[in-house]
Amino acid sequence: MSQQPETFTFDAESTALVKKHLAKYPPERKASAVLPLLDIAQRQCGGWLPRAAMDHVAETLDMAPIRVYEVVSFYEMYHDAPRGKHELRVCTTTPCWLRGSSDIVAACEDELGCKVGQTSGDGMFSLVEFECLGACVNAPIIWIDDDYYEDVDPDNARRLIQAFRKGERPEPGTMTDRQMSAPAGGPTTLTGTGK
Amino acid sequence: MLSDKDRIFTNLYGLKDWGLEAAKMRGDWDATKAILEKGRDWIIDEIKASGLRGRGGAGFPAGLKWSFMPKEPTGKPHYLVVNADESEPGTCKDRDIMRHDPHKLVEGCLVAGFAMGADAAYIYVRGEFFNEAATLDAAVQQAYDAGLIGKNACGSGYDFDIYVHRGAGAYICGEETALLESLEGKKGQPRIKPPFPANTGLYGCPTTINNVETIAVAPTICRRGAAWFAGFGRENNTGTKVFCISGHVNNPCNVEEEMSIPLKELIDRHAGGVRGGWDNLKAIIPGGSSVPCLPKNICDDVLMDFDSLREVKSGLGTAAIIVMDQSTDIIAAIARLSKFYKHESCGQCTPCREGTGWMWRVMERLVTGDAEIGEIDMLLDVSYEIEGHTICALGDAAAWPVQGVIRHFRDEIEDRIASRRSKTAA
Repeated sequence: MSQQPETFTFDAESTALVKKHLAKYPPERKASAVLPLLDIAQRQCGGWLPRAAMDHVAETLDMAPIRVYEVVSFYEMYHDAPRGKHELRVCTTTPCWLRGSSDIVAACEDELGCKVGQTSGDGMFSLVEFECLGACVNAPIIWIDDDYYEDVDPDNARRLIQAFRKGERPEPGTMTDRQMSAPAGGPTTLTGTGK
Repeated sequence: MLSDKDRIFTNLYGLKDWGLEAAKMRGDWDATKAILEKGRDWIIDEIKASGLRGRGGAGFPAGLKWSFMPKEPTGKPHYLVVNADESEPGTCKDRDIMRHDPHKLVEGCLVAGFAMGADAAYIYVRGEFFNEAATLDAAVQQAYDAGLIGKNACGSGYDFDIYVHRGAGAYICGEETALLESLEGKKGQPRIKPPFPANTGLYGCPTTINNVETIAVAPTICRRGAAWFAGFGRENNTGTKVFCISGHVNNPCNVEEEMSIPLKELIDRHAGGVRGGWDNLKAIIPGGSSVPCLPKNICDDVLMDFDSLREVKSGLGTAAIIVMDQSTDIIAAIARLSKFYKHESCGQCTPCREGTGWMWRVMERLVTGDAEIGEIDMLLDVSYEIEGHTICALGDAAAWPVQGVIRHFRDEIEDRIASRRSKTAA
């Protein structure tokens, strides 16, 4: 692939993070840091892992490069090819599906002008259908970059995309007026005024 | 109904600050040293007497599990590993604990870790929970800064470290030995047991793996006493529990309630009832996607606890309740779960790797009715060939939803095949 950079090294900011993570594991067990280090490298590279970055992580952790490649291919959150500027994942597992995630997917495809599995023409979004995001009582969920947008409907899904296009970053969390995972209309418990 | 004074997670909805000072106001870190001074055996006995069973799905008695750890030093580090890889469809309780009540978990790590003689705890948080892991990490740092953990934790003379580790998107890492593999920097593929983690776990050292909620309730149980906790729910099914109610209810929510609460009461009281009323109910998956669904007539009076749900051939699992009303295409709902398991199979064992995809493809044909009647029993047979024939429980978890839908909705599957036939013939 032509986009593969020749070399990779952690920049100053990444290096500080790498050090912080390496401190969590016994020195002879530093391969434990492979997930966080790949995450750091991927963020530094703009959302994907060039071969040189994987090799650098392998070298840093005294791992055989193949062990790092297989980790990259095993876990959903790593990418070995360039992506859109934003990762836009729509959860479609049963709890979200029951609350209308198919309509959310359709709205996203229409707004982005691309299908699930593709990147929008302007390079802004990679659209992904994702398995259960673990926020099911706030279904349906859209996960953009690091943040969950919850209780979405097709209209506000479109508005989210439009906002990100303009460089805005809407407040994550529920798109309705409910309090987190409490029932809409107000909690049925923990209503006391005490501490 | 449980009253607020008996709720453990008093900041479940994040109405208050998650930080240390606010957590102390809610009773966390209150005389933790005094709990530790009562000794390892006292804590384990208290947890045993409370009847606390693991909150991650399997329901193994927590105190008993802790007692499996070596009593004497082995010359190796001993570990507590907290399973915060919450990924079971329908389940989102640990997320609330980590983002809104993280100090309950941090203090729980110290209390549980001390009881089992652990040197350190690793909390393995699913990768998608970036913000939740950040909050938890900050809470851990607050606890270090206040001398509550680390060297001489709480002034107890006991040294205990806690580390937050984020995964990278793999349901299978919620399986305890896959989690250990992942934490060691490998693909998350489950290990064959024995050896069990209590002898050979993380880095080959004695390790106990517990769910977030199991660990987070431990300090409150120690403070308020085993009898208080055991006073809720039925015998062998005691305590309070965070339930997640999703799907076709008027107000989906998380809520902490008493164990053994009737399913209908739980939904009516806290989730605003089934959409269109209770009579509009079709089926409920009562314990996360892995357990078989139940039709309305069973839901009418079933209790939400381990034994009651086992008696009706389902399970409490993670206590994640997925509600489906009459508008639901139940075959499609379960087929979507089959797709999930196919996607999440780690590929290590043939019955699961091949079987999950096979079941999904047949389920998709049952959705359209493009199948032979005899294939229903064939699907059932295949599900039994997967169940129990794999290293970990993912094979079982993939088989059970399929078995559940055939057990309770065979008529509907047959009708769909017949109706497609008649349409094709016409």
